[in-house]
Order: sequence, then C-alpha cells, then structure tokens
Amino acid sequence: MRYAFLDENSKKEIRRAILKAIAIPGYQVPFASREMPIARGWGTGGLQITLSIINEGDCIKVIDQGCDGSLNAVNIRNFVVSVTGNKTTTDTKKATIIQSRHRIPEEQLEEGQCLVLQVPYPEVLVNVEADSYKQKLMHANKDYARLWVLLYEDTARFGDSRISNRYPVIVNNRYAMDPTPIPRYDIPKLNNNKALILFGAGREKKIYAIPPYTEVEPLKFEDKEFKIETFDDKKCARCGTKGVFMDEVYNDDGSVTYYCNDTSYCDKKLKGEL
Amino acid sequence: MILEVKNLTKVYGEFCDKCLESTGPEFESSVCPYCSSVVAVNNINIRVNKGEVVGIVGESGSGKSTLLQLIYQDQKADQGVVYIDGFKDDLGNYKNILEADPNELSYLRTKLMSMIYQNPRLGLNYQFSAGGNIAEKIIMSGIRNYAEIRKRVLYFLEKTEIPKERVDDYPDRFSGGQQQRIQISKALASNPKLLLLDEPTTGLDLSVQAKILDLIKKLQKEMGFAMIIVSHDLGVIKHLTNICIVMKNGQIVEKGLTDQILEDPQHPYTQLLVSSAL
Amino acid sequence: MVKIRIKNLSKEFTVYTRGGVKIQGYNNVDFEVKKGEFLSLYGHSGIGKSSLLKAIYRTYTTTSGDIIFTKEDGTTVNIAKCDEKDIIELRKTEIGYVSQFLKVLPRISALEIVAAPLIEKGESEKVAKIKAKELLDFFGIKEELFNVSPLTFSGGEQQRVNIAKELIAPKPFLLLDEPTASLDYANTMKVIKQLQKLKENNVTMIGIFHDQDDLKTISDKIYDFALKKYVEV
Repeated sequence: MRYAFLDENSKKEIRRAILKAIAIPGYQVPFASREMPIARGWGTGGLQITLSIINEGDCIKVIDQGCDGSLNAVNIRNFVVSVTGNKTTTDTKKATIIQSRHRIPEEQLEEGQCLVLQVPYPEVLVNVEADSYKQKLMHANKDYARLWVLLYEDTARFGDSRISNRYPVIVNNRYAMDPTPIPRYDIPKLNNNKALILFGAGREKKIYAIPPYTEVEPLKFEDKEFKIETFDDKKCARCGTKGVFMDEVYNDDGSVTYYCNDTSYCDKKLKGEL
Repeated sequence: MILEVKNLTKVYGEFCDKCLESTGPEFESSVCPYCSSVVAVNNINIRVNKGEVVGIVGESGSGKSTLLQLIYQDQKADQGVVYIDGFKDDLGNYKNILEADPNELSYLRTKLMSMIYQNPRLGLNYQFSAGGNIAEKIIMSGIRNYAEIRKRVLYFLEKTEIPKERVDDYPDRFSGGQQQRIQISKALASNPKLLLLDEPTTGLDLSVQAKILDLIKKLQKEMGFAMIIVSHDLGVIKHLTNICIVMKNGQIVEKGLTDQILEDPQHPYTQLLVSSAL
Repeated sequence: MVKIRIKNLSKEFTVYTRGGVKIQGYNNVDFEVKKGEFLSLYGHSGIGKSSLLKAIYRTYTTTSGDIIFTKEDGTTVNIAKCDEKDIIELRKTEIGYVSQFLKVLPRISALEIVAAPLIEKGESEKVAKIKAKELLDFFGIKEELFNVSPLTFSGGEQQRVNIAKELIAPKPFLLLDEPTASLDYANTMKVIKQLQKLKENNVTMIGIFHDQDDLKTISDKIYDFALKKYVEV
C-alpha cells in the first residue's frame, strides 16, 4: 500500500499548490481535488493536505469542533493511521499536524506545528458577488468595497456585522479571506501565529494558507471594536474553567450546562496540567 | 484643462482602413460602404476646461452616448487618447486613461470622474440600501471610519433632498426621480473633478426633470466640478451648459457657446435641430 | 485707452433650412469706443444694430472682420476669433449684456435673479439679497413681487428686473440692447440716471435706444449704421 494513500504525483501537485498558497498568503490556489474515501463536504480538502505533507515522524491530532472524540474526528484519524501507521495524540502541544474542523485549539501553537483547517466555502466574496469571474477581478484589484458596504449596512441597521463565524479577514494587508466557520473568538488567534495554517477545500478545489507570523486583521471600521464571544461568567461543569470557548448544552429538564469546547484543553485542566 | 480627448474612435465590426473616411455627416451614414462596420465614434477631439459645462447634443445614433462610455470606459475604444487632470506619471506627463490598469481605473472612476446614467439601475446597486450605495463610493475613496462614512452619506443625501430617515431604505422603494437623485449623491460622494451625465432626466416626469436639473445646476455651482451632459433635449442643454457640441453620424459638426449654437447655428444640421424645437 | 475696436465687421446669415438662402446682417462696420465712453448705435429697424451687439457678446458669430477688445488688465483679445473658453471668462468679469427682454426662468424669483450676480462674485447671500431688494425697490417693483417668479410681471416690470440684474454688479463694459424700449418715461429716466452713474465710474458702454432724446442725453458718440460713420450728438 502506498504511504498516505495518495500517489506521489498527486502529493506533488498538492504540495506545489500549498507552496504557492504560502507564497501568496490568503490567495486561493486551485488544485485538482482527488477522489477520497470520504464524501465531499466531510473534510476531503483538509485530508488531502494532511496526506500530502505527512511523513513518518509526524504526530497527528484530529478534532471536529474542538472535540477529539467526535465521530468525524475519530473516522479521519483512524483512516490516516490506517494508511500511514503514524503516531496520534490528543495533546495540542505534542502534535506536529493538527487537522481541525471549524475551531482553533485553545492552547497556543508553536513554531514547527501545522494546523490544517477543513473549508466548506473558500470564497469570501460569495455573498456579495455571485459571478466567479467578477470575484476573481475583485481579488486581483484588491477591490473589497462590497465587503465593506455589507459591513456598513449591518452596522447601520444593527450596530455590528451580522456575521458570527466565517468572519472575513484581511491577510498580509492584501487578500480578503474566509477563515472557515471558526467562531469570532478564534479570529485573533490567526494574527501573527507561530504555526503554519493551511486551508483545504476539497469540494471547491481550493487551497490557501497563512504562513507563520503573518498579519491577519478582521474586516472592521477604524472606529469600531471587533467583538468576540465572551464566557467570563460561564463555568465548565467538568473542569471548572471560566472564560474559554464553551459548548452550551440543554438538559432534559430545561437547565443549561456549559462545557469546554476544546476537549483536550478540558482534559488537561482536569488533570491540573494547565 | 480638465479633460482632453484626441482622435477617439469606436467602430463595431471589421474596421477597415476606409471606415473613417467613408462615414460621417456628409455621407449621412455611420455604416462603412466597404466592410459594413458601424463607425459609432469617428475621430473625436474635445477639450474641457475648468468650470466649463459641456453639452453634447445629437440624435439617436449620433454617437454621443458611446463617446461618454468610451471616456468612462464602459466600452473599449479602438483608437484615441484621453487625458484627465490629476492622472499623470512620475515625470509629470499626462497618462492616457484608456490604457489604465484596473487599479488605476478604479482610482479614475472614484476620485477623478463619475458617471450618471439615464437608467438608475446602471448606476446603483439594488442589493444595498440608498446609504450603502453612497457609502460604497466613500469607502472606495479610502475612508474606513464608520462615523465619518455615515456623516458623509447623510450629507450627500441631504444635498439631493432625499429625506434622511430613508437612508437605510433600498433603492427600489424610491420613485424614479428619487432613484436618480440617489445616483447623483453617489456620483458626487467621492468629490470627482468631472461629472459625466448620460441623458440624466430623459423619461422622468417634467416636474421631476425640472427639479433634478435645477439640483444639478446648483450642485455644479457649489462644488465646482466640470460636467459633460449628453442629451437630445435642447432645453436641458440650454438650462445647464455654457458650451455645446453637436454630433451627427459619429462626428462633431459644430461646437460653440450654447447661446450661440441656439441663436446663430452655423451648420445645416444644427439649424435643423434648433428649428425642430417645439 | 481704446476699450473696443470693431474692424470691418460683416455678418451674413446662411439659412440652410430654407435652401441655403443668404441674409445680410451688416456690412463693413468700423468704429471704436474709448474707456468710459458711451457709444450709441443708430439706424432703422433691421439694419443690424442688435446683431452687432450680439456679435460682440459672441451670441452671434462673425463672418469677417475683427473685434479687438481690451481687458481691464490691458491685454487684448479678438472676440471674433478667439476660443470659447476666453469668451466664458470675458462674460464672467469683463462684458455685461442687457437684452431687450428678460429671459424668464419660471422657478426663480425676481429677488434671486437680481441677487445672483453678486452671490457669484462671492458676496454672502444675505448681503446680496439686501442690495437686490434696494435695487428692485429703486426701480419701483413692489415688495410683494420680490419672492415671485417674473412670469406674471408686465413687460415693463420684467425689463426692470432684467436691467437690475445687470446693474447690481456692473461689468466694466456693457452692451445695452434697447433696454428702455418697454419702459414708461419715469422708469426710463431712472435707468438713464443709473447709466450716467456708471459712466462716472468709467464704465464703457455701447447702447441701442430708439428714443432720440434718450440717445442724446447719454451718448458721447453716435455711430450711424446707414452712413457708416460717427454723427453729431
């Protein structure tokens, strides 16, 4: 069996796309997305990136909305192990490659680590311009006026942008980018991150990247604050932490319980390691 | 000098070497007899100076609207050079705006010139509110401060006498005359040096037409931009312009002060036009 | 100093809508006017006096000849041949024109019409309107008519508004085309008095009056169109 499922030529093409993406931070590089043993819409893009960059020494962590134990995360992790034999971990600090769906881990990432995000919709302009040719022209001309007008409209009507996840960011002061459906809470983590962050959209066939130490700013007016979700008054029922991104669970009797969304962070807190 | 147009030409079709010399008012035709191309704009030269308000009048097919579109670059010219005040290279020489790259074109269309179309659908984005449309122009001129943007949006709405309370309404909720006024606000929001108007009031009710023309006249006096207005209505030209250009079959047949064109037309075609006023 | 020199000026109208028929305007008109002088044009109706005034204002083109105009700063320009942009400049600050009839703009009030030239010069709207009111009052326009469009005024009232708008901020050179034709005696005298005041302020003028007495009162020179020369006042 081939190491990491993909043939070498496929890996070559995807790696080239990744290199180009790193060279142009935030720019969507098209790539020939292969047939994968999971369906489109379930993380094939992230998976193709992971399988193209993985080597024998890598240690893999896979999470789905913060949880190592969710069905999708388990399936993907099992698949990667079955085609590579690599070590796996739930410890954010010990992983060399972290594939994630819609969340960035709570613990700070370090140099040498790589975060691979699964992308449902790579095109940040899709809600303001439907025509793909015009979208390309806008990106080429750094013409993001429509995104700004959308922000203006929401601010005029509601006081702030209505966008909660997939909040548009400007990468390296050049390209507007869709950061995937991560919450606003995670947006500040993108800025000047020590790790390499890669984005793979398998269905839409695009790869983009944020190299380490890149400037990433959310789209906002000079005189307005970028508001993020706060949990200062919410306590995790499992480990007792306050203020990290929480899952809100409704119990059968109608009461609400909060749990840390990042399960490995919660584990460490419980063990007293953090 | 605000705008200088040299040898501007637009031909639909093959464009053979006989096209330009075989069409025009003396032939009473814009169609080349050799290759059947349509010579819409035939080697036009125009100069607009500061403070001038130029009217271009002519009948359908004269090329007047196409001329404006070539300057604003909604259509690509086949030949010619256009210079505009404020668009120079590093050495201080004027650059041909027809060769501007998309970034430069964006700058040209925001800071230097704006266009107002006969149909507001061409000038407005109906997915944004009235305020949003005006904000777009302001944002494109570089402002990223919300309070400042909002203030200017309301200022320009007020200038065109649209009620401030309607700033967040969508354009399709306004009357035709109001939509036209929103278009005017939008065009002026980035303080352009040159305003191009393509039949801005054709099709509107007479009372609305009068109000809008008065408004344009007032704004031009206040803000001091140069204007080129295309119209087939001599009344509009008379009301607003001080210089008048008459076009026929893609060429200029006469150019002069507006009152001179109307009272002492020299060219046979101009005389025909003037005598056709009701 | 010679303010304006008309050299061999001729005008011929070609009417293409009537098959290209040629109509004579005037032929070989030649005269000059010095600064501060009032020259009257004399001749029967249709001889071309009005057309000449319009040619100086460039509302009419010129078939042949020159119109050498000396601006206040001493430089000259040939009105018959110069570019439109020069004429626009001249009309702004150098040359004024009082027509025989007011061109009525239906939506503008009498007060606004008369105040406009002052506002254009940079005067505040408040002060301009005060001065305009004074002038309209001087010419006998009733106060209740100030804020109404001259659409419903009598011919004489309209003409008084017309004259007021030119006299409120007079240019150094004025063309007057039968300004008093529709005025009664009292108002004509008022106008003549104003013109005399302008003369005292060294304003140069060329005028057409059909009334002989008006002519004689105000003119320094008279140019006879038929005889093609100056005649005694």
